[in-house]
Amino acid sequence: MAQLEIREVSKHFGGVQALLRVSVDVPKGEILSVIGPNGAGKTTLVNCVNGVFHPEAGRILLDGTDLTHLSPPRIAALGIARTFQNIALFRGMTVLDNLMLGRHIHMKNGVFRSVLYWGPGRKEEIAHREVVEDIIDFLEIEAIRKQVVGSLPYGLQKRVELGRALALHPKILLLDEPMGGMNIEEKEDMARFILDVNDEWGTTIVLIEHDMGVVMDISQRVVVLDLGTKIAEGTPKEVKNNPLVIKAYLGAKAVA
Amino acid sequence: MINRECGVFQTTYRGDMALYPVPLAKASYGLLLLVLLALPLAADSHKMAIINLIGLASVGAIGLNILTGYTGQVSLGHGAFMMVGSYTAAILSARYGMPFWIGLPAGGAVAAAVGAFFGIPSLRIKGLYLAIATLAAQFIIEWCINHITWIGGGAQSSIYVPTPTFFGWEINNEYRRYFLVLPVCVLAYVAAQNLVRSRVGRAFIAIRDRDVAAEIIGVDIFKYKLLSFAVSSFYAGVAGALWTYYLKIANYEHFILSTSISYLAMIIIGGLGSVLGSVFGAVFITLLPIVLVYVVEGIARLFGFTYFTIADFLANLRLIIYGGLIILFLAIEPEGLYRMWGSIKRYFRLWPFSY
Repeated sequence: MAQLEIREVSKHFGGVQALLRVSVDVPKGEILSVIGPNGAGKTTLVNCVNGVFHPEAGRILLDGTDLTHLSPPRIAALGIARTFQNIALFRGMTVLDNLMLGRHIHMKNGVFRSVLYWGPGRKEEIAHREVVEDIIDFLEIEAIRKQVVGSLPYGLQKRVELGRALALHPKILLLDEPMGGMNIEEKEDMARFILDVNDEWGTTIVLIEHDMGVVMDISQRVVVLDLGTKIAEGTPKEVKNNPLVIKAYLGAKAVA
Repeated sequence: MINRECGVFQTTYRGDMALYPVPLAKASYGLLLLVLLALPLAADSHKMAIINLIGLASVGAIGLNILTGYTGQVSLGHGAFMMVGSYTAAILSARYGMPFWIGLPAGGAVAAAVGAFFGIPSLRIKGLYLAIATLAAQFIIEWCINHITWIGGGAQSSIYVPTPTFFGWEINNEYRRYFLVLPVCVLAYVAAQNLVRSRVGRAFIAIRDRDVAAEIIGVDIFKYKLLSFAVSSFYAGVAGALWTYYLKIANYEHFILSTSISYLAMIIIGGLGSVLGSVFGAVFITLLPIVLVYVVEGIARLFGFTYFTIADFLANLRLIIYGGLIILFLAIEPEGLYRMWGSIKRYFRLWPFSY
């Protein structure tokens, strides 16, 4: 059984059919890429998985648990984390605090313990700080841990956002264009981090990306969406040579 | 507070996460506390009264800053929540003979419940629209206290409160009231500092900065918005109750809409999203009219006027200068006194060798 099952999901906005009976199975530990032209419904699909939108038809299951109508915080607690296409960090906070927020669902401190900041409350904060420091170490952002996020360059912000998602220790990581707007070095770094996360923690990764070089290199399987429907699915090689995909998205030149 | 943050290398996360990680900072706060404790030795009764007013305003301002500055929910009902605390304390003490140390937390608790109730609209509305919804809270609460005889006690809606005593020690002059106000202030300040640097406070800030992202990482927005309203109103309630024991009377006129607005002015001028800034703002807004009177009167006296010949003129001029200063202030330093404080500290960090 796949870890994440998306079954026949449909979603429309007014007259626009954003998704039409899309089914995707993601086995545990896989890196799956979702590609397609602008407006194909890639982000909508991710939004349905983590509860920002609720699909009109179809079901979404995580390890057999139905997520279809749960709220985003519940889905996060069940183990799905994501990053956004246009960075959605908490700009006024430091890198550390952003990552500590990633630990929110794993912490228990309520108002009284927070106010006291003593005994068990402080112990918990410190324990989670240690987890966060491991992630800071992993993403090589030690030097900026106390800087306010809003003042960081774009590439680093993307990395911090990945860190915040990792801090949730998710079973599934949804990355919406993690390399959009990056230069080649930043892309290479990000690709390395994605592969390492998958390798070290066995995290399942669903990736939306436009850079075909990256997609073909790091993903085990690729799903292609166009106008809200799935037009192809398979290994990068199969997809690359699929005439439907070439027509809808890649174009003849890209393959040649 | 007045230390330079350099030359200290933390070796434990516990040390790094301390409120004042530099030893000198700890010492300077200890010194500040000593100065505060010794303050009555240096001030006359009139000055003590002003200091007490600043203390009362600080508690309320810290509370509003938690809601508006940290959670990003604009509230025009802060005065009303103070009113709830004030009348709760007055009813408990005047009618049931409860001591102030029960009245204070009880006032906070009732205000927290009322505040959380009026926070419910914040689930659906934001920004200016929420401001209008909280404005409704201000008028509804004011109306209830004025028209429900059991609460307000009839025509004037005033409840006289007996002099608060602490195990036989009568709190009956400005010096003694100072030792009622100061501990509450210090507790309120430290509690707020702790809150905003830990799990709950981070969730508040997350909602302010990017609510969609907060939800995605598992922050239950509705719960934390209500919690923020509750905590903020708790502060308001305690401030209102303290005000009641201070004046020995609960009267709604102390907590009308203009009170709510002056608290908003305090946190905007002091610095949104800063506990210390709330205190700066409380000092500024409380002192400004008092200092202005002295200054304008002094200038008038230079030209040979006496206070009585210019009293009307003075009253109006004071309001004009007050408004003008606030506008000027917002234009020059929109991020408030706290930011200014930070700039000064940064300047002295490398002083006198700035390069």
